[in-house]
Order: sequence, then structure tokens, then C-alpha cells
Amino acid sequence: MRIFDNPNFDFIRWRWHTSILSIVLVLAGIATVVVRGGMPLGVDFTGGTVVVVDFAAPIDEDTVRDALGSQSADAVVQRFGSAAENQMMIRLPLLSEGNEALDAAAAAVEQGLRAAGVGEFTVISRELVSPTVGAELRRKAVWATITALGGILLYIGLRFRFSFAVGAVVATFHDILITLAFLVWFGYDLSLNVVAAILTIAGYSVNDTVVIFDRVRETQRLARREGLETVVNRAVNQTLSRTVITAGTSVLAVLALYLFGGEVLRSFAFAMLVGIVAGTYSTVFIASAVAIVLSNRSAAAPAAQSSERRRARA
Amino acid sequence: MNRNSLYWKFALIIGVTALATWAFTPPSEKVRLGLDLRGGVHLVLGVQTDDALRLEVETTAEQLRQALADEGIHVTVSPALTEFTVTGVPSDRDAQFRTIADAHTGQSYDRTSAPGGYLFRMRPNVVVQTRRDAVTQAIQTIERRVDELGVAEPNIAAYGSEGDQIMVQLPGLHDVARAKEIIRSTAVLELKLVEAGPMPDRESLLQPYGGTVPADMEVLPGAPDPGGIPMYYLVRRVAAVTGNDLRHARPTLDEFNMPAVSFTLNREGVAKFSRVTSQNIGRQLAIVLDGQVQSAPVIESAITQAEARITGNFTQQQVQDLALILRSGALPASLTYLEEREVGPSLGADSIRAGIISSLTGLALVTLFMLFYYRLAGVNAFVSMVLNLVILLGFMAYLGAVMTLPGVAGFILTIAMGVDSNVLIFERIREELAANRTARQAVNAGFRRVFITIVDTHVTSLIAAAFLFQFGTGPIRGFATTLFFGLISNVFTAVFVSRTLFEAILSRKPAGTTELSI
Repeated sequence: MRIFDNPNFDFIRWRWHTSILSIVLVLAGIATVVVRGGMPLGVDFTGGTVVVVDFAAPIDEDTVRDALGSQSADAVVQRFGSAAENQMMIRLPLLSEGNEALDAAAAAVEQGLRAAGVGEFTVISRELVSPTVGAELRRKAVWATITALGGILLYIGLRFRFSFAVGAVVATFHDILITLAFLVWFGYDLSLNVVAAILTIAGYSVNDTVVIFDRVRETQRLARREGLETVVNRAVNQTLSRTVITAGTSVLAVLALYLFGGEVLRSFAFAMLVGIVAGTYSTVFIASAVAIVLSNRSAAAPAAQSSERRRARA
Repeated sequence: MNRNSLYWKFALIIGVTALATWAFTPPSEKVRLGLDLRGGVHLVLGVQTDDALRLEVETTAEQLRQALADEGIHVTVSPALTEFTVTGVPSDRDAQFRTIADAHTGQSYDRTSAPGGYLFRMRPNVVVQTRRDAVTQAIQTIERRVDELGVAEPNIAAYGSEGDQIMVQLPGLHDVARAKEIIRSTAVLELKLVEAGPMPDRESLLQPYGGTVPADMEVLPGAPDPGGIPMYYLVRRVAAVTGNDLRHARPTLDEFNMPAVSFTLNREGVAKFSRVTSQNIGRQLAIVLDGQVQSAPVIESAITQAEARITGNFTQQQVQDLALILRSGALPASLTYLEEREVGPSLGADSIRAGIISSLTGLALVTLFMLFYYRLAGVNAFVSMVLNLVILLGFMAYLGAVMTLPGVAGFILTIAMGVDSNVLIFERIREELAANRTARQAVNAGFRRVFITIVDTHVTSLIAAAFLFQFGTGPIRGFATTLFFGLISNVFTAVFVSRTLFEAILSRKPAGTTELSI
């Protein structure tokens, strides 16, 4: 069985259309973030309190909000897991630092619920993060993203010529930005898990791109007279089945995680789903386009030689 | 195809699989679960290292003042965070002052002239060392306390980029509030001679001294009593005996059958204790805990045995905890809680179930697709995916790596990565077959050509995983670990195992066949 039989689509011809589509999506994402006054950060990065409560009897969000009284002004109350489980997540900002303050909001939630008589309940998870730790985690996350991308760029730069490395990194940034945009649009906060997903997407996206670039490098030797555009377009077509099947199977695996992995991993799985789709799209349309534009600008012929020499030595 | 080499390859694959299986059998014992899966609490505490510095500087300043007073030189010392000034040195004793001062502080302080006297500034390396020691000592103290609490497999370590935080992980803990209280109790025990008191307010206490606190004394509050009447004591600033001289502490009952803590002193403590008591018969000795006077019994006679008692308005539980804390030693600095993550056992169990269900579903969906699309070669993909997971589990168990919920996500991504390598190879073999190569040539070319691509894709993902591990906290580290080792074992399964399976199939076919189920 075959999905594509000797595909021969002219992907490169569409590169301007697709670039504009990507730019529009990314700009829309940035606009949303700016309008909302910044990326919505989870308690991991802002500091704050998250309490997950398991109720004995069915309950809805409004009842919980009423029970919290004056606290509910700043509180976010959300169902945790399926409706049958009667679990609620309550998120509150942290008032100040110090030993007692860290506990205070969580303790007040428990007291409020007990006083309101909403039935038996148990606290199944508590996360209390002080602003100090939040700031440190934020710093670490930014640092990890930058160093990881830098490391990947360095490796691609060593293995391929420079314009390809730039293409791979542009495509990776594209995927990260698109994923962030979708996270904002679908109401997910940026948490530690989401940062992990984003770094994984970075690795995944570069993977996809490397497969095509490897093919370009391989066929360039055989077809020296053809222009780079033709070679790249053929490489994209030759690897198209693989690109689509890999994306498909990865989506299947991550979809299982999204559906059955539980509430804790939902934002992670969502980010991965968006990232895989964006990564596949950018591999086909963005990475190669950037590589071609940059290669045409610098004289293509001498640049191609350096990678050939490396091959010959290997 | 060499039959013999095929046997060796299978032997290697079976050997590796057996080794990995052995490493994680039984899984309930060998695979370490993170706090998010087994339930427990993760705490981050900030060490107020300024406390330790201030104490160090105060002690040095006070010791110097005492030493000078012994020689008849009476000066005023005023300590700050990392420095103290000495004023009022008589000009004719200046040389002698310098000799004594340098003998006391020369190692750790720089002495400079200051208006009306001298400034002693702690050297920067000593400041750093004092802060570091405070964190190390706090970690050791917390370790002892957690040990006494009887928590299995606790994890206590320095944390944070500044190195002034401590992470405490306590799996399977139920009474989190009590553990938190025990961990952060400073528990500084001091025995101090009482100069005046108790009095209900500071003013009447200080009246005989002209309203000011004398230089070598301080005012301490008494522990709150049930009647709610405040009590103040004027005591010597320097303790006669401190908790450092403590040998043991245990819960007991006082003469009114109320819960109390009895403690014994070590030899040095006993020596100090008997000297102080013999010199001060008839006076009060205050038992001070964390800056509060618990009781101030009158010294009836010289006490030469090593046992004393802390009485107060305690409950049985408080007495037990206090004895525990005293046994484990005082904290060198106060602690603040910066982070607390608590997962109940029920949520942990739910997460384990969700992790297993989603992994198996992911594996099943992917396998069905591969069998449908690649037919017999899909079996190769399935075998290499399962072996990949087995080897990954073996790695995790062997290294004692912690399995977390994001780690489960790492397993699922490992499945995805494994499939990617298989698809890459299979598609290439199909291309080669389409170019009219024999099955054998196609398989060889497919694996040879794709190998370099697999190396490139894996290295980029390994880079991402390595940086993720570097920055990550517990659960994220679990993810980075599974991803990292999943990638490594995938190179073995997707390339070596899958190829060996192809070779086994081809070895049963005639040499020039172009038939291959793929």
C-alpha cells in the first residue's frame, strides 16, 4: 500500500504563499499575546497556589466559587478530569512570601469549602510556588530553550552548510511560535510540562528537516547540473511518504496521550499535537524555502563543495 | 547470508533483552517511581544564610569584648551583618588592644581604622564559606530529622542557582503539616543566667539599669502561658551552655505529671554546666528555646550530673517533636518555604493507570497502522518498538532513574521516534525495490543510506533532551531521562534488531529474489 505513488508536487513554487500563511499565524499569535498583556503563565512561573480537590458528591464550578466567598475574586475554578470524577482545580495567586503566606491561600480554600458545607472532600494535590522559585524556573526555562536551540544549530551547522542550518532553525522557531499561539488560543497556560513539550518539538522539527537535507546532500552529488530548487523539490517529494507517515504515527501516539494520559499531561499532549503538525508543515514548506533563498544569495557552488569534501572523508 | 553470523546476532539480541528484563524484574521493586506517581511531597526551602553570618559576627565580637575585659580594657562593640566596630579603646592601651584583637580575628577579619575606633570586616571568602557551611549544616540537620520521622527513601539536596536553597522530597508522606513544622524548627537551645525578672513588661525590668539594656545582656520573652500574662527576663547575652553540648533528648513527665523533655549533656556540656551552677547558687538559670524562656528554675546546688528538663505547657505530641528536633541538632539559620508540591496517593495511582493505558493505546494504534501499511515488515517495526521499551525500562531500573508522569510521555515519544526510524528505513527499501534492485540489495542499501540520517536526527533530539535534563526539576528530568535513553536504545533496535529480522527473512529465500513483504 502506498499513500503517494512517485509524488511530484511543486512545493517550492508555493513557498511564498505558505510563508505568508505562517507569518499571518505567527503575527496573530503575537497580537493575541500582546492584547492579553503577556503569555499566560502557570503557577510554575508566576508563583501561586493550585489545589485539586476530590469531592464525594457531584458538584459544579459555581458551587465551588460560591463556597470560596471573597477568595473567588482572584480564583480560577476548573473541572479536573472528566465530569464523573467530581474533581475541581482551584488556582489562586500568592499574596506574599514567607512560611505562613505560602500555606495561607491553600488553607483558606480548605476552610472555605468546609464552612460552606459542600460535602465530603479530600485534597488530592497541592502546588504552592513562591515568586522567588517562579522567577528562577522562568529563568531556567528560557535558558534551557536558548541553549538547546543553540546546540542544535551548532550541530546542524557542523553537519550541513550554514544556509541549511539557518533554514532548520527558522523552521524550528516557526513551530515553537505556532505552538505557543495555539496554546494561547485554546486557553492553556505555559507550565514546566509545556516547556518540555516545546523543547521536544524543537528536536522533532529539526529531525524532520534533517531527513530532507540529508536527501538533498545525497542527490546533489548525482545531479550537479540541476539547480538547487529542483534538487530540493525532488528531495521533499522523495521523502514525502516518510514525512507524512511519521507525522501520522506520532500523532496517533500523542493522541493516545492526549485522550488517556490524564489531566496533568493534557497541556503537554496538546502542545505536542500542534507542534507535530506545524513541524511537518514547516519541514515541507519553510525549511527548504529558507535554505534555497539563503543559498542563492551566497554563491551556491563553493558552499556545496565543503559538504561534499566532508562526505568524501567520511 | 552467513547463517552463523545470523545466530550470533540473534544471540546478542536475546542476551540484551534478557539483561534488560532481568534489570527491571520485578518492576514494582526495581522501577523507582517519582513523587507525582507514588504520592508524596516535594519541598523547597530557602536558607536565610544572613542569620548564620550575623550569629558568627556577633559571637566573634562578644568573645573579643570578653577577652579585652579580662585584660581590663573596656570597649563597646557594635556588630552588623558582616562587620563590627570597636569603639572606646583607651589610647594608652592601643598596642595591647591590637595584639589581642588580631589574635582573635586575624584569620577571618580585616581590621581598619574607623571614626573613634576600629572596623573589623569579615573577609569575602569567609563570608562565602560561612554561608555555604550554613546550607550544608542545615541539610545535615534536616536529614537527621527526616530520618527520625521514619520516611523511606527521602531525597534531600542543595538546590537552586545560588546554592542557598534545599530541596526535600518525602515520598508517601501523610502528615505533611507536621513534617513541615519539624523540618523548619530552628530549635536553638540555650541555658542563660538570669539577671532580672520575670517581669510583666520591659520597663519595670530595666528600671534598675536606668532604662537601657546593659551591653552584655538581653531581654527575652517568656513562653506564652495559659493565663496570657506576658513575661520578660533580663538574661546574659552569652549562653552558659548551648544545644551544641546536647547528647540526647527524650520525652518525659515533670513533677506534676505534665509532658516535658529531658535532655542530657555531653562531657564538655557537663563541665560548663557544673561550673556555672556552682558559681551561681541561688540565682535563676533560664532554659531558652528559639529565643523564648521556657522556664527559669533557681539553682539550688551545684549540678554535676548531666540531665536537665525543659518544662512548659506542652502536649504529648509537642514534647515528642521537640525531643526529636533537639536530638537532630539546631539549624544554623532560619528557613522559609519557597515551594511545596504535594500529590496524594489516589492521584498518583490514577496517573499510573492513565500512563499505562495511554502507552498501550499508543503502541496498539501505531502497530495496527504499521501492520496494515507495511504488512510483514510491520512485524519488524512492532518487535523493535517493544524491544526498545524493554531496553529503556532496563536502563531506567539499572541506573536507578526515577519514573515520573512526564516520563510516561517520554515512553510514548520513544514509540514515535522508533516508528520514525522504521518508516525512514522501510520507505527507502521500497524506493530501492522500485528501482529494480533485488530484495537483498534493497535491504542493504536501505539500511546503509539511512543510517547517517538516523544518526543526525537522534543527535539533535539528544541535544534537546540533554538540555532539558540540565534545567529540569524532578518530573521534567524524568521526561528527559526516558527520552535520552529511549533514543539511544532506539538506534540499537531500529537499526540492528530490525535489520537482523530482515536478514532472517531473506536467508530463507533464494539469492536473487525481488520479493519482500514491505
